[in-house]
Amino acid sequence: MRTLKFLLQKEFRQIFRDPAILRIIFIMPVIQLLVLPWAADYETKNIKLAVVDHDHSAYTRQLLNKITASGYFILNEYGSSYRQSLQQVENDKADLILEIPAHFEKDLVKEEKATLFMAINAINGVKANLGGSYLQKIIQDYNSEVRTEWIQFPRFSPETQIAVTSSNWFNPLMNYKYFMVPGILVILLTMVGTNLTAINIVKEKEIGTIEQINVTPIHKYTFILGKLLPFWLLGMIVLTLGLLIAYLFYGILPLGSFFTIYVFAAIYLFAVLGLGLLVSTYASNQQQAMLLSFFLMMIFILLGGLYTSIDSMPEWAQWITRFNPVSYFIEVMRMVVLKGSTLSDIRNYLYIMMGFALFFNGWAVISYRKRS
Amino acid sequence: MEKIITAHKLTKRFGDFTAVNQISFAIQKGEIFGFLGANGAGKTTAMRMLCGLSMPSSGEATVAGFDIYRENEKIKRSIGYMSQKFSLYDDLTVKENMRFYGGIYGMTDTFIRDKTASILEQLHLEKEGDKLVGSLPLGWKQKLAFSVAIFHDPPIVFLDEPTGGVDPVTRREFWSMIYQASAAGITIFVTTHYMDEAEYCNRVSIMVDGRIEALDTPAQLKQTYQAKSMDGVFLKLARKATRAAD
Amino acid sequence: MKQFIAFVKKEFIHIWRDRQTLLILLGMPIVQIVIFGFALTNEVKNAKIAILDQSKDAATASLITELASSRYFEIEKELSSYQQIETEFHKGKIKMAVVLPSRFQEDLLHFNKASVQLIADASDPNVANTLTNYATAIIMDYQKRITQDRQLPYTIHTEMRMLYNPQQKGAFNFVPGVMAMVLLLVCTMMTAITIVKEKEMGTMEIMLVSPMKPIMVVVAKAFPYLVLSLVNITSILLLSRFVLGVPINGSLFLLVVESILFTMVSLSLGLLVSTSAESQQTAMFISLVALLLPTIMLSGFMFPLENMPLPLRVVSNLIPAKWYYNIVKSVMIKGLPFQAVWKETLILAGMMVFLLVLAIRKFKIRLS
Repeated sequence: MRTLKFLLQKEFRQIFRDPAILRIIFIMPVIQLLVLPWAADYETKNIKLAVVDHDHSAYTRQLLNKITASGYFILNEYGSSYRQSLQQVENDKADLILEIPAHFEKDLVKEEKATLFMAINAINGVKANLGGSYLQKIIQDYNSEVRTEWIQFPRFSPETQIAVTSSNWFNPLMNYKYFMVPGILVILLTMVGTNLTAINIVKEKEIGTIEQINVTPIHKYTFILGKLLPFWLLGMIVLTLGLLIAYLFYGILPLGSFFTIYVFAAIYLFAVLGLGLLVSTYASNQQQAMLLSFFLMMIFILLGGLYTSIDSMPEWAQWITRFNPVSYFIEVMRMVVLKGSTLSDIRNYLYIMMGFALFFNGWAVISYRKRS
Repeated sequence: MEKIITAHKLTKRFGDFTAVNQISFAIQKGEIFGFLGANGAGKTTAMRMLCGLSMPSSGEATVAGFDIYRENEKIKRSIGYMSQKFSLYDDLTVKENMRFYGGIYGMTDTFIRDKTASILEQLHLEKEGDKLVGSLPLGWKQKLAFSVAIFHDPPIVFLDEPTGGVDPVTRREFWSMIYQASAAGITIFVTTHYMDEAEYCNRVSIMVDGRIEALDTPAQLKQTYQAKSMDGVFLKLARKATRAAD
Repeated sequence: MKQFIAFVKKEFIHIWRDRQTLLILLGMPIVQIVIFGFALTNEVKNAKIAILDQSKDAATASLITELASSRYFEIEKELSSYQQIETEFHKGKIKMAVVLPSRFQEDLLHFNKASVQLIADASDPNVANTLTNYATAIIMDYQKRITQDRQLPYTIHTEMRMLYNPQQKGAFNFVPGVMAMVLLLVCTMMTAITIVKEKEMGTMEIMLVSPMKPIMVVVAKAFPYLVLSLVNITSILLLSRFVLGVPINGSLFLLVVESILFTMVSLSLGLLVSTSAESQQTAMFISLVALLLPTIMLSGFMFPLENMPLPLRVVSNLIPAKWYYNIVKSVMIKGLPFQAVWKETLILAGMMVFLLVLAIRKFKIRLS
């Protein structure tokens, strides 16, 4: 225990003696938390529409008015030919082309049917799909308006209408920042924690001080604990800063209790630091440690459920996410912040995280050898 | 005299490469034992095995009466070690380094305070106590590292090329520190490739290609190999080497 | 020139000796492109939903079948009361509840009117939005079919064509994005850290006293990573073409040249980081922790840039990956010629020059 005190004293001194790294640890998450959540809106709106109108009739004008009034589309390009509009798509000036054939109005009135053509840039398949269905819905609505104009319907319209009402629980204003801010905080915390631990120990390996420590009678558990505790504390400070920003700048106060978040975070940090430790025992230099943690971070972040939904991933990728601590913390944050879940609601996640912490640290302790 | 370090056919292999090949020797308590050899002869590997940093492939050895296989953690209480790489923390001050290493050897606060003061006085570094180690010249760092290695008063200290890269004056001062430690009863195990330093040792062993080719007092060695200096002895033996220095 | 080659050779030897690092360096992009190419999609598939069917008639049954048979939804639970919805949401498994009111079929038959209520768990608003849209579209389709069965007059038909990506695979969007990320981060990190490492060890000074110009020393250090990146670009392109089925519709030559340009931007960024970092740890934090998230979020492949507030759209222009992502999309997937991407190319070239000049100036200041 006394040895631990000396270890901690030394680590803290070293941390505070390197202002460059200390600044980065605290300032970088703050800046990213202030900036990045604003970017995270992938609701499909502002679809750039290019119209090729070969008809120029009153009907097409009405239809276009209806489309622009919907708010989903920005009509900024009128093309004279499909070819020309396709070029707009190529240059990313348009996402969707609507081609109205000549005699559209005449066909609709005389032949009682007409056809419209749509072409959508589908590189982003989801956006294409949604954009297409929005437009179809508007056209359908317009279609019924036209019909009522021409047919005197009996008391009940022969057109079937299913009214769809939707409501959004837990976040009725659909403020995506409520979801993104805690999520980004989790990712930042993970990166800072893992990298600090990994690099710190590999650095001692590189400069040779670790050998000087290996030749002392110090117990390896003490040594590892002495490394983990200071970074754990830094992590908790970063978390606190992050939660403070979430409250001050985004007005996010968890519906559940801070206590729940802190309890989970305390265990989570041990897991993440353990992972850094593990990286450090396998990396022989800082370069390797960095590459390894870059590799892990990419997977943790992109398969963490914050950016894309885990349910949509193929089975094997969903298995990977089960070994991804980040995905658990993001889920817990969402539950506590937005749904007000309590400790007992998240207890399964807590157990899993304890498992992670034990597993990573246990593995790291076993594979750390004082003697080669 | 009491034997404090013994080795019997101690061997270390890395794959097909035998770094240390069946070396045997015994070191008396209080001796200054020199371990000589060209670069790559296996000195450091042999020392690392004795310190419990490296697992031997075969053979036996004891340090301070403890077996190096089973009791390596007990050995660590009885030894000090100064590695080839400079191993104090550059970003800690002189005092902080001493406090740290004293602390992890379980020394009391009073002991650490008194010892730190006496070392600084001895090295005439009283003013530098609160300076970062990284800012000190190499020679001072080296002397500090030695003081830290024997901070906890171990019966044995292992020094791995302690004087590499320092000027002759500092080297002489360094050796006077070694003599002082020896006079205080500490057994010194030192590797070097400076042949003049070999003359300072009570006994030296000369390693060539992982084996001990010769082991005796410097005077005896010079006589046996009919050389005027240790340099001569070494050249005669080292010529047999087939292993390239790294 | 001879000296330069000698230096480059030395750097290659360093990299070649450290097989472990080399293996990570070359293997990592392969693993990443495969994992992300298959796993990433912003489509929401197999979302678990619950159904509260208060009508239990033929119409609701067929509507439920419609929902269940789409690839978007998986019916996890049939609920029996409204109260259950909240409990299910709290358990966190289901993402949406569909409420079909009683007398659904009767209303539909007699009044041609019925209603459906969708309740989404909006704690992830993006998913909630997408799911609501999917469900609405499916219900609309269902409604359209009933209407069409009656052969109504005055019908506007729509024909839809999906350009570039008819199957709407996620990989078409994410492969260019992941390519940009991997190239940028690996190159920046590696250059920054190798140079800072030499600074830390003091070997940088040895090289700087050599008769070679300091900048050449630094360029020589970065050069091998350009070559390694070429290997990575090749393996990424092969994988995306033959494993992920993303076509290379444009000129392969142009794509490779643009990738080299982008790699050079990343290397220059690495140089700049190395001039301002004193320790490998700082270099790593700047080039990894500070770059990773902004690159993911502001380059446009994860979130649409047009939705962002103006200041962020301005900031996104500073992200090199954004331009490269646009180039790859245009050349690789849309199959466009150089004329379509000259602006982006010019911007990347400008960034490279700017970063390089800045790095050299900072480097010189350090020396004097």
